[in-house]
Amino acid sequence: MLKFEHVSKRYPDAGEALTDVSFHLQRGEIAFLTGRSGAGKSTLLKLIAMMEQCTRGTVTFDGQDISRISERKIPYVRRNLGLIFQDYKLLHDRTVFDNVALPLVVSGYHPQEVARRVRASLDKVGLLGKERKHPLALSGGEQQRVGIARAIVNKPKLILADEPTGNLDPELSAEVMYMFEQFKQVGVTVLIATHDLELVTHLGHRVLTLDKGHMIAS
Amino acid sequence: MRQMRRSQHSENRLLELFQAYLLNHAHGLFSSLGRLNRAPFTSSMTVLVLAIAIALASSFYIVVANIQQMTGNLESSNQMSLFLHDNITDAAGQKMAEQLQQNPSVAAVKFITKKQALEEFKANSGFSDALNALERNPLPSVIQVMPKNALENNEDIEKLMADFKQLPQVDFVQVDMQWVARLQTIMLIASRGVTLVSLLLGFAVTFITGNTIRLELQNRQDEVFISKLVGATHSFIQRPFLYTGFWLGFIAGFLGWLIVTIMLLILESPVEKLSTLYSSSFELLFLSFSEFILLLMISSLLAVLGSWAVLHYQLRQLKPH
Repeated sequence: MLKFEHVSKRYPDAGEALTDVSFHLQRGEIAFLTGRSGAGKSTLLKLIAMMEQCTRGTVTFDGQDISRISERKIPYVRRNLGLIFQDYKLLHDRTVFDNVALPLVVSGYHPQEVARRVRASLDKVGLLGKERKHPLALSGGEQQRVGIARAIVNKPKLILADEPTGNLDPELSAEVMYMFEQFKQVGVTVLIATHDLELVTHLGHRVLTLDKGHMIAS
Repeated sequence: MRQMRRSQHSENRLLELFQAYLLNHAHGLFSSLGRLNRAPFTSSMTVLVLAIAIALASSFYIVVANIQQMTGNLESSNQMSLFLHDNITDAAGQKMAEQLQQNPSVAAVKFITKKQALEEFKANSGFSDALNALERNPLPSVIQVMPKNALENNEDIEKLMADFKQLPQVDFVQVDMQWVARLQTIMLIASRGVTLVSLLLGFAVTFITGNTIRLELQNRQDEVFISKLVGATHSFIQRPFLYTGFWLGFIAGFLGWLIVTIMLLILESPVEKLSTLYSSSFELLFLSFSEFILLLMISSLLAVLGSWAVLHYQLRQLKPH
């Protein structure tokens, strides 16, 4: 599903952020990506989200080489990705419904289909009934669940979560993790970047560890 | 049977996609208008500046159009008047006119006797009482000569004029409509000037809209960023901004037209007064309906063009791709 082969990324002014990283995630697998800040976690996620291009090596997603992809094709590949951010990245001038609907609207779905899927998605994260609310009227945990609903509404093959529990208390974190377990059941691959080691060891999933740009455990 | 159902299903899917696409456009069209309405101060400043630029260009245009209307009625010709010496009789003048007709450079001649000249002058000048008081007719007889059309060239005209001057019966020669030709040349320069100024103002409209859209894009960077990350294409992200540009141009075009029309309405009655003083039937030209539509189209197009140029460049600058 997701394959890194000898991937290196060098920034012109900050030096090498990733060095010779290789790993392979199977369909329906959950993995944690850990390491201290500055170890290259964000860079790795950016390479998968095609926000950056690697300097050497290949990144393959769903059978497609995305490390040398043309700018024109990027949007269509991104529609198979669900991104979850630590700071949620919600649009505050739009309702919960419109926020969750964005990936579908962008892909050109019919409004009826959009409404159906948004409801299903909000139902999965337990926010059905809050469609008309604005994100700022919700608690942090609820906002993060809106972000998750947006990430899964397009039925992505891979979910990338960057510190999804960073701003949440342990109870909410456990809830979020439980949701990820459920996505796994339907064949979605999940990659979670976190430095919440307690969470990682507690759940017993695969752990990829980065240190100064090198993958020291996978 | 199953295959048929499947093809019908994919047809429905295509129709739905197309419907969604149209709805997205409609949404872009109206939501961008709503967005302008939510920032009334900024929007109206931009629209007013655009409207003034458009009004300037159109008012230059309409002024030239009006003057052209006035001078266009005057036929440009190289008709010459040969004023004969006082001692030439009508018979001699008539004979001379017939001789001139034989000249290969001459298209037509018309002999006007002293008496005819006086009648004509009485009828047109309003001095009839004063003329009646005169004991003798002060007017000379005239032969009007219309040169052949081939004589467009100024040198040929001058040569023909010199030839006529040599004739012993001729007192002096005048090319009647030379001033019209001059005026029309001046108008040609003026209308070319208007074209150039309009081009400049058109650029101004393009750049002002482009800059407004650039600021709008900066204000909505988060939205662009998130849209990109959930798989929006550039054309999808561009769409609402292009509609904003369209509305700016469209509304400014309408306001520009309104400004010009109000200015013309203010000028109308003094122009009419002046026109009656000259006993002329001159009527002020306004922008016609088709010119109004053209104005709207041009201003919208320029604004969309400016927005597009900025978006095309800026969206590729914005990270992520």
